[in-house]
Amino acid sequence: MHIVVLTKPVPDPAAAAERLGPDGRLDRAASPAVVNGNDEYALEAALKLTAEHGGEVSIVTMAPSGAADTMRKALAMGAARGILVTDPALEGSCVRSTVQVLAAALKDMTFDLVLAGVDSSDGNGGVVAAGVAALLRLPYLSNAARIEPDPDAGRVSVRRLTATGYDLLEAPMPALIVCTQVLGEPRYPSLKGIMGARSKEIASKSVADLGLEPGAVGGAAASTKVIGSTKPPARGATKVVRGSAEEGAHEIVALLESRRLI
Amino acid sequence: MSNIWIIAELAGDGSLARISAEVATLARNLAVASGREAVGLVIAADPTPAAKELATYLPRILTIEDADAGGHAWSAIAADHAAGLLADEPDALVLLGSGPDGRDTAGALSALTSLGVLVNATAVGWEQGGPTVEMSAFGGKLVTTSTFTTPGGIITVRPNAVTAAAGEEAGAIEKATAGGEARLPRVALGDHVAEASAAAPIEEARIIVSGGRGIGGPDGFGLVEELASALGGAVGATRAAVDSGWIPYAQQIGQTGKIVKPQLYLALGISGAIQHKVGMQTAETIIAVNRDPDAPIGEFADLMVVGDLFAVVPALLAELRARGG
Ligand SMILES: Cc1cc2nc3c(=O)[nH]c(=O)nc-3n(C[C@H](O)[C@H](O)[C@H](O)COP(=O)(O)OP(=O)(O)OC[C@H]3O[C@@H](n4cnc5c(N)ncnc54)[C@H](O)[C@@H]3O)c2cc1C
Ligand SMILES: Nc1ncnc2c1ncn2[C@@H]1O[C@H](COP(=O)(O)O)[C@@H](O)[C@H]1O
Repeated sequence: MHIVVLTKPVPDPAAAAERLGPDGRLDRAASPAVVNGNDEYALEAALKLTAEHGGEVSIVTMAPSGAADTMRKALAMGAARGILVTDPALEGSCVRSTVQVLAAALKDMTFDLVLAGVDSSDGNGGVVAAGVAALLRLPYLSNAARIEPDPDAGRVSVRRLTATGYDLLEAPMPALIVCTQVLGEPRYPSLKGIMGARSKEIASKSVADLGLEPGAVGGAAASTKVIGSTKPPARGATKVVRGSAEEGAHEIVALLESRRLI
Repeated sequence: MSNIWIIAELAGDGSLARISAEVATLARNLAVASGREAVGLVIAADPTPAAKELATYLPRILTIEDADAGGHAWSAIAADHAAGLLADEPDALVLLGSGPDGRDTAGALSALTSLGVLVNATAVGWEQGGPTVEMSAFGGKLVTTSTFTTPGGIITVRPNAVTAAAGEEAGAIEKATAGGEARLPRVALGDHVAEASAAAPIEEARIIVSGGRGIGGPDGFGLVEELASALGGAVGATRAAVDSGWIPYAQQIGQTGKIVKPQLYLALGISGAIQHKVGMQTAETIIAVNRDPDAPIGEFADLMVVGDLFAVVPALLAELRARGG
């Protein structure tokens, strides 16, 4: 099986250094980048599936050119190769553009499955993958808690998490699946993996390489824009209580009473 | 002038999902501000029950009955019909919830219609002929306001952005047929499997008592449940507790779990990592019990009790019992 994982480099949430540039766009230079945490779950799922059924994993990323360094981490986990769509014109892409670009990158590839994360941590809303699937007319199976491909039959079944349990979905491959954390925690790259990743191929593609019209995607074609930002109202000061368990309990009850919560 | 559309999301039993009642209320407010009409769209094998509910919130409901929606994943069907209906309405504004069904449909509908998408709205206003959409960015450090640069667009709305409120009178329900052919592949839906979980749904809870890694194991969650029931609340958890298998994923709060906005959030043995914080930081009152005085949750809790939760919680239960509450 050939599985493509959509991985997005995002500002490291742990560094908490994200900020907007003067144009209202995310200032990607201000923050160290990591592979979007939820995409690591998708990658882990892909690696497990190819370990079981044979085949390889490729990653596809749309990001500034510096993202190759971040992609090496995903390659070190075990992906065979990367495709980086990068172009100065793509700066400031909206969801719609991102969808078009990723779909164009996938259009010329052959694969059995495309896996994506539930959402990206830098402000997007878990909509890109559904858009990519729709543009490519791929069966779309989201919120996956279990993925069971049957390569001989060319079909895949998925447990899709719902509010009360899960739904059993089934579709022909190729298909696009959105992966949840329930599939299992991502592995840490081994030393061998890290060494091996250095020589793995990351192919760069521009907007023109994908056969997209310049100006049809990217900042120039953005369908949304940020027009303002404010700091949320600060929460009140924290009251810190140290002392006996009874004193702590008493403070809690006093606060609950004063706010009419009990 | 085009409409403000709400695509109704459905609960497992075919009734209206709670989020859609909120989204419909928001749409009605926007209709007043914009002079447009708010129209609900219910797409289902049997749209009637949800349409009746939605009609309490909106003046006009269109239903599309599609037998395929019974045995197939819903979002592709919903997006296909909505795209057919909106084909001549490039300036349509479409509202959906920000949960899985809303996201799936928003993404697919955007691809089919070329409408832009703004996500995770915590508030939507109307200025200069278009919507202004507030969302929380960078783990809650910033609230951004965005607009569409194009005439129409799709907005996904966070739970609890507005409180659902019925309209003055019940709306009219009409049958519609969507134009156009089915463009998206249908995905076969087999069984709905219910998982045993007695837990109350956390999105709707007024009070949430949550446990983290500090709870130490599944047995510790007995204590969390005891406190939750003493306070009349629901039980939540961090990813660390969920990944350890102590409590089902449905109870997880945070970036990859539920986003909640209760009146009281009581965090037991939770460090307050950014991915957890984004799911609960808008709670009205936050109380933390943590034995580490430097745990990050102390930076945004109203009250931080430094101590061992296995001592503090029993003392708290005893005091609650003593006051007869
Ligand atoms: C992509 C991604 C998505 C994520 N999504 C989520 C999400 O949706 N929700 C989420 O919660 N996390 C999420 N996380 C994980 C998050 O980063 C943290 O790892 C997690 O929230 C930590 O959970 P915790 O606070 O229970 O555990 P810890 O960080 O280990 O904290 C445990 C706390 O308990 C305290 N403690 C221990 N014993 C006691 C005791 N006896 N009495 C009192 N206090 C005690 C400790 O002092 C400590 O502060 C995500 C991470 C990533 C990368
Ligand atoms: N620029 C990108 N490059 C690669 N994959 C992406 C990109 N943006 C989004 N994705 C994929 O789509 C998922 C949902 O992203 P989003 O809609 O931005 O929350 C992510 O988890 C990724 O798998």
